[in-house]
Amino acid sequence: MWDYTEKVKEHFYNPRNTGPLEGANATGDVGSISCGDALRLMLKVDPVTEIIQDAHFQTFGCGSAIASSSALTEMVKGMTLDEAKQISNQDIADFLDGLPPEKMHCSVMGREALHAAIANYRGEEWSDDHEEGALVCKCFAVDSQMIEDTIRANKLSTVEEVTNYTKAGGGCSTCHEPIEEILTKVMAERGETFVPAGAKKAKPAVAEAAPAKLGTLARIRKIEEVIAAVRPTLLADRGDIELVDIEGKNILVNLSGACSGCQMEAATLAGIQTKMIEALGEFVRVVPAAKAQAHACASHAHGG
Amino acid sequence: MSTPTPIYLDNNATTACDPKVVEAMLPYFTEQFGNASSMHSFGNKVGVALKAARTKVQKLLGAEFDSEIVFTSCGTESDSTAILSALKAQPDRKEIITTVVEHPAVLSLCEQLEKEGYTIHRLKVDNKGGLNLDDYAKVLSDKVAVVSVMWANNETGTYFPVVEMAEMANAAGVLFHTDAVQAVGKIDINLAATKIDMLSVSGHKLHAPKGIGVLYVRRAVRFRPLLRGGHQERGRRAGTENAPSIIGLGVAAELAMEAMEHERTYVKALRDKLEAGILAVVPHAFVTGNPDNRLPNTANIAFEYIEGEAILMLLNKQGIAASSGSACTSGSLEPSHVMRAMGIPYTAAHGTVRFSLSRYTTEEEIERVITAVPPIVAQLRKLSPYWGENGPVADPEKAFAPAYA
Repeated sequence: MWDYTEKVKEHFYNPRNTGPLEGANATGDVGSISCGDALRLMLKVDPVTEIIQDAHFQTFGCGSAIASSSALTEMVKGMTLDEAKQISNQDIADFLDGLPPEKMHCSVMGREALHAAIANYRGEEWSDDHEEGALVCKCFAVDSQMIEDTIRANKLSTVEEVTNYTKAGGGCSTCHEPIEEILTKVMAERGETFVPAGAKKAKPAVAEAAPAKLGTLARIRKIEEVIAAVRPTLLADRGDIELVDIEGKNILVNLSGACSGCQMEAATLAGIQTKMIEALGEFVRVVPAAKAQAHACASHAHGG
Repeated sequence: MSTPTPIYLDNNATTACDPKVVEAMLPYFTEQFGNASSMHSFGNKVGVALKAARTKVQKLLGAEFDSEIVFTSCGTESDSTAILSALKAQPDRKEIITTVVEHPAVLSLCEQLEKEGYTIHRLKVDNKGGLNLDDYAKVLSDKVAVVSVMWANNETGTYFPVVEMAEMANAAGVLFHTDAVQAVGKIDINLAATKIDMLSVSGHKLHAPKGIGVLYVRRAVRFRPLLRGGHQERGRRAGTENAPSIIGLGVAAELAMEAMEHERTYVKALRDKLEAGILAVVPHAFVTGNPDNRLPNTANIAFEYIEGEAILMLLNKQGIAASSGSACTSGSLEPSHVMRAMGIPYTAAHGTVRFSLSRYTTEEEIERVITAVPPIVAQLRKLSPYWGENGPVADPEKAFAPAYA
């Protein structure tokens, strides 16, 4: 069973604005190839102000597809078409307090239906800008098509590069096998052979010796460097990270914005932790400062 | 709102451990904790219990010798062991015959073997899930290392003619393996009278615990173990025996034999009642697979123009547990490969729901499900773009033809 939020369940059990819409003057019919779900979004747009007066949907799909559709109709009512066009699939997911990574494509379908309906209203031809493939990276919801296109466009040849470009494989790392398979396939197209990095990367001496050599200041600088290096990726997702404190092996950070409390938080931290460990050459934990403080408070309470 | 009493109709996924099974297992966690291989009395008692369990499983399968029973950790391990053993034992044979509707335990392994250079012949099925044995005969040759064909399909319950297919393989000098995890315990099996060389069993499908399986290996069939190490299972599956679970499976095998008649008559009658009750009220719904040739406990119904996960969520709200072949329930790209292989249209394959009964299922439960399903289907169809006021919109595929992305 999927781990749906209460809001997803609520919108599924009691969907808003269902069925055909009387007087609709904009319709978007889209489907998601990745699961076979399909959605018809109907809008009633004021021709003068371009304000969406009413929105209805019909959906052939799973629980989260129905919930995403219902959420979308609630979100767009009262918006102008230009405002509505700014809605991203993440906004739809956020409205529902998040969707499981496997189900993010339901929110993508919602955004596409909206764009299709707006194009329909304006008499334009809508065509989707991407194809979707099988979900590969569950931590960051990256599908095979996205990985394949990115490898092709950027001539990538290692899993590490794929992670840097798409984030895929940057979390729990269990999807490295399928990523290697995609690399093998795409590299063969350009006449190259994929060479795996080796079962375990040979990183001897340096990693072994590093902890002893790194002084306190150098260690802090290194930690700051890693934080600085990951920030752009987080900012791109409308999140941020800040270093709070270093307590021995524990590196306390604050995640904010879209990152905090998001379903990817644990994966994000795990990814950063991996980078930290690589950079420092020692085992460390990256923990949210809030949690660490909560623990401290709890133990104080017990102690007092 | 009070939570309704749960109704469990997902027994092809897994079953409840029979309380008698649990009772028999418990002493082997505490006072009878010995290692069967040890020389002292702690070990000896366990060894005796394991032997008794082996005999019970032997009886359930109708195997000639108890030494043909190899305990494994699950059905998947049994499948992998069987297929990989056949390849290892006959390195010159580089082909495998299987079907398009096998369980992933066989299909994924075959996909991997294909990448490693083996040739996989995947037999196709017709719209009722049946095989064409002429196609099968054509690919049987001395290049084939093993045929692996399931006894009963997990989604539709449809049987394959494995006894006949094993005869054909045997005549061609080819090893025959069957994944019988859905069939064992539900129907009479008498392996001694067949030419089946290897057969996989999964304990938790017949009211034994999870984490225990069996591979039947006919005497004198050439065998290469998957796990080497100690002498357990006569060296065919090393690793300390999962004694409590093996003993539990022995009891489960005994209970399954006692319940076989009940399964064949009462459970089947309940299943038929469920199907008839739903189909009488719900239009645009049909049974998938072959209704005349299938497991007594399985009903797989396609509800057109709606999606399975949504149906399951609404059923679950009323405490009814079933499963679906829709893509969304698995997180995979496509609806069930079994439904697609039978040529079921997309708009129906997505709406398939499997109800799988057990010997614990009651008539009252079935009546509750018959009452619950029609309003759920109607509720979801009201949301469906393929559905009009009182039925599917005229020419549904044209009336709603979304741009797929």
